[in-house]
Amino acid sequence: MADQDLVTVTIDGIGVSVPKGTSLLEAAKQAGVLIPHYCYHPGLPVAGVCRMCLVEVEGAPKLQIGCATPVAEGQVVRVNRSPEAQRARQGVLEFLLINHPLDCPICDQAGECELQNYVFQEGQARTRYTPTFAKRFNPVEDFGPDILYVPNRCILCTRCVRFMDHVAGEEVLNVSERGDRAFIGIHPDRELDHTWSGNVVDLCPVGSLLSKDFLHKARAWELDKTPSICTGCSQGCNVNLDGRGHTVVRVRPRPNVEVNRYFMCDLGRLTYRSMNRGDRIEAPLIAKGGQLHAVDWDHALARAADAMRGASGRAVVLASPSSSNEALYLAKRLCEPFDFTGAVRAEQAGEEAPLPGVANLALRGERAPNVTGATILGYTDRFDAAVEAAAGAALVLILDESLEGVSGDTLAKAGTVVYLGTALPEVARAAGLVLPVTDVAEEDGTFVNRDRRAQRYAQAKPGPGMARPAWWVLGELLVELGRGEPFSSATEAFAELAEHESAFHGLSYARLGWGGVVLEERAQAEVTA
Amino acid sequence: MGYPHKPHPKETVVLSECFGDRDARSYDGWIERGGYRALEQALGMDPQDVITEVKESGLRGRGGAGFPAGVKWGFMPKKKSKPHYLCCNADESEPGTFKDREIMRWTPHGLIEGCAITAHAIQAEITYIYIRGEFTEPITIMQQALDEAYERGVLGADAMGTGRQIDMYVHRGAGAYICGEETALMNSIEGKRGNPRIRPPFPAAVGVFGMPTTINNVETLASVPHILTRGAQWYKSLCRSNPKSTGTKLFSVCGHVTKPGNYEVEMGFPMGELIHELAGGMRPGRTLKAVIPGGSSVPLLDREESETCVLDYEGCVEAGTMLGSGGMIVFDDSADMVYQMMRIARFYAHESCAQCTQCREGTAWTVRILQKILRGEGAMTDLDLLLDVGEQMTGKTICVLSDSCAAPVGSAIKKFRGEFEAYITGARQAVAALV
Repeated sequence: MADQDLVTVTIDGIGVSVPKGTSLLEAAKQAGVLIPHYCYHPGLPVAGVCRMCLVEVEGAPKLQIGCATPVAEGQVVRVNRSPEAQRARQGVLEFLLINHPLDCPICDQAGECELQNYVFQEGQARTRYTPTFAKRFNPVEDFGPDILYVPNRCILCTRCVRFMDHVAGEEVLNVSERGDRAFIGIHPDRELDHTWSGNVVDLCPVGSLLSKDFLHKARAWELDKTPSICTGCSQGCNVNLDGRGHTVVRVRPRPNVEVNRYFMCDLGRLTYRSMNRGDRIEAPLIAKGGQLHAVDWDHALARAADAMRGASGRAVVLASPSSSNEALYLAKRLCEPFDFTGAVRAEQAGEEAPLPGVANLALRGERAPNVTGATILGYTDRFDAAVEAAAGAALVLILDESLEGVSGDTLAKAGTVVYLGTALPEVARAAGLVLPVTDVAEEDGTFVNRDRRAQRYAQAKPGPGMARPAWWVLGELLVELGRGEPFSSATEAFAELAEHESAFHGLSYARLGWGGVVLEERAQAEVTA
Repeated sequence: MGYPHKPHPKETVVLSECFGDRDARSYDGWIERGGYRALEQALGMDPQDVITEVKESGLRGRGGAGFPAGVKWGFMPKKKSKPHYLCCNADESEPGTFKDREIMRWTPHGLIEGCAITAHAIQAEITYIYIRGEFTEPITIMQQALDEAYERGVLGADAMGTGRQIDMYVHRGAGAYICGEETALMNSIEGKRGNPRIRPPFPAAVGVFGMPTTINNVETLASVPHILTRGAQWYKSLCRSNPKSTGTKLFSVCGHVTKPGNYEVEMGFPMGELIHELAGGMRPGRTLKAVIPGGSSVPLLDREESETCVLDYEGCVEAGTMLGSGGMIVFDDSADMVYQMMRIARFYAHESCAQCTQCREGTAWTVRILQKILRGEGAMTDLDLLLDVGEQMTGKTICVLSDSCAAPVGSAIKKFRGEFEAYITGARQAVAALV
């Protein structure tokens, strides 16, 4: 910032210095003043059509729109302190409500609706629109696999049109008709089925574009938002898990200008489904007489430690690329007395689907969040070789791996097989010990995305039954083996990881924050050396 | 000349000299009448000198805003780094305005000449003449003249044998009023929806296809050859009142006059004379009630105001209105102002591009309130509501379409409030409001 030209403006009496070329609206945000707006969105080209962000600029003959007016040195701007601007905004709200059905009680957007919010904040209590005048009516339209368009609620901010035209690069939406008859139209032979089209639902400031998947599932005010990282691919999009009770009901993008800006793909939006699966392991299981029996944690941990104590030889860790760095690190540490081989399955599971309007943002072919983290921590992607090596290993530790294509015979040939997992695939029943762990929505942890950015995710709901985070299970095993102190939180587990793994040196949960930190390149050289 | 009427002695015929003269339409006919001499002269001049000459003449935009043409041309980059464009705004859609149509019908080569001179002045290679889609006859005539001009070497890669490239195309609009707004016109030429753009950037920096562009009205461009051949001083002398308004102006007089038509008079001509003498005055037994002087988009004047109004940019502003496009709509005492305002508002509600909230919703709301009043269901508060809605629609949008709806309606309520109240109180019988 220091080498940029800064311009100082006063907004509602608050002085603020911003880079030259910044819009009044963005400058006001810096000053802590929210200029109400509809059509403006930082991730889209400016349209300047809703006229909601009209502000008074001293010396200008008329009100100016905050979204398209750049700051000028010494400018004095009034937003909430200008009766004229307030009156103009009231006017816009009154105009917008002319054709807007007040069906908030059945509208999915209610509670997070910008029209509702601003009307509540500064609109007039009553409309002067004659109640006998008919409101514009158009039937609900099916725009695509997951998107409904409710034209009656539309305020024609054109965010969706601009997203499809300029960000997704697929010109399927338009404004059809003119005047108050206008509505958002769709190409007659096309559907809104772009991999990134779900963003139009987030962008819509009102309940006009709706997700069929989320339709009538929950009211916005019932949802708890938890910052998380999308597990759909190695891009590492920042997301919020919206949960109601013990269920995650939707995943929405969380802005991170460095990673995903304001967007996420439709595949990522569906990842919440696996967080609500019902076939979870809820208690530690021990093999006894050819059958698995539920036991308590003390019993299970003691049994595992017994099996490991004194053993030597090869240890193989088959880890899921969705395992957290903490779990991967502790699994490796657990294997320190052994000859360690760790592997993850890093395969191109699908086509890469970029979002053309944002540099370096795509649904990646590698459909797992933490392959890079595993690589940095010393795990290889030669999964099949690791499976072969498992056959004669003294210890095989499985970290929620799907075990697809791994035969039970392989595991039977190994010494001790410990399976830490969320669900129990048939093959895993061959393990002597099954320990239930939590999934991404049920624990704190970190992933490293494909651009080496270490990012945190937080717990959104409790795990099922006795399931515990993998870092806790592995930490307790180390304690049981007399090789460490227990961790009371993921923060502590990460602190130990950061201490021992050079790539993570100097990092902590506090340092990572919610935007993440890119691991420096030098670190990898040290690790591989 | 008040074609199809004979020219009135008080007219100053410059642009309309050849109106009604079929022979002037052809290249040869135009040459006989002294055509293309101005272009030849201009191409021999430095572009900057042409701009200076036009600046000196005081020629102002005839499309409605009245911005000095030479100054506008001066906004174009002097050092050319990109292609430059000239757009001729022939999307004459303003209700009550029909002057550009006549210019194109009778003197197509005059317009081509004006465009070519301007293209030279602003260093534009390509000129688009954007004609509204309904103008089928002017489009045919312009296209024929354009083809002829290319055949005779007036235009093309080697315009008039000077080695300069001047290309010109007729672009047919699809009949949207809003495409007469300069930035909407540019979008329309680009093949996009005709929505006005936010400014800045202004067209002289980022115009059609993102290149520096100048847009001028047909009448403005058609005046340019006359300025070059007869000189800026002569043009400046065509002024009866304020020296800031120079030259002649074509007024399209329509409505309740006995001789509606185009009349070309010097700037500063009294409106009263134009209506009562040139346009033949009111029909027998009728008296003047009101005039909207600049198409339908400006505040209207009542009888007294219009009879004292001086027809130039400043005179109209002084009278509380604007010169606009020069489309004068005259109402006599038989006119129902409430109904007329409803019709005007309906036009704007139909033509609103739907971008800005105030315009999209406000124009339609205005129509509904006026229709309610006409049905006899209005309340006195509706009048204040109309004024307040009008205020919200003024000066808050990208273009001036919503202002154009609010201006006549607001002025009618102020000047003819009694007529609105008569509907509300029931003193006047309700009418079917749906056209």
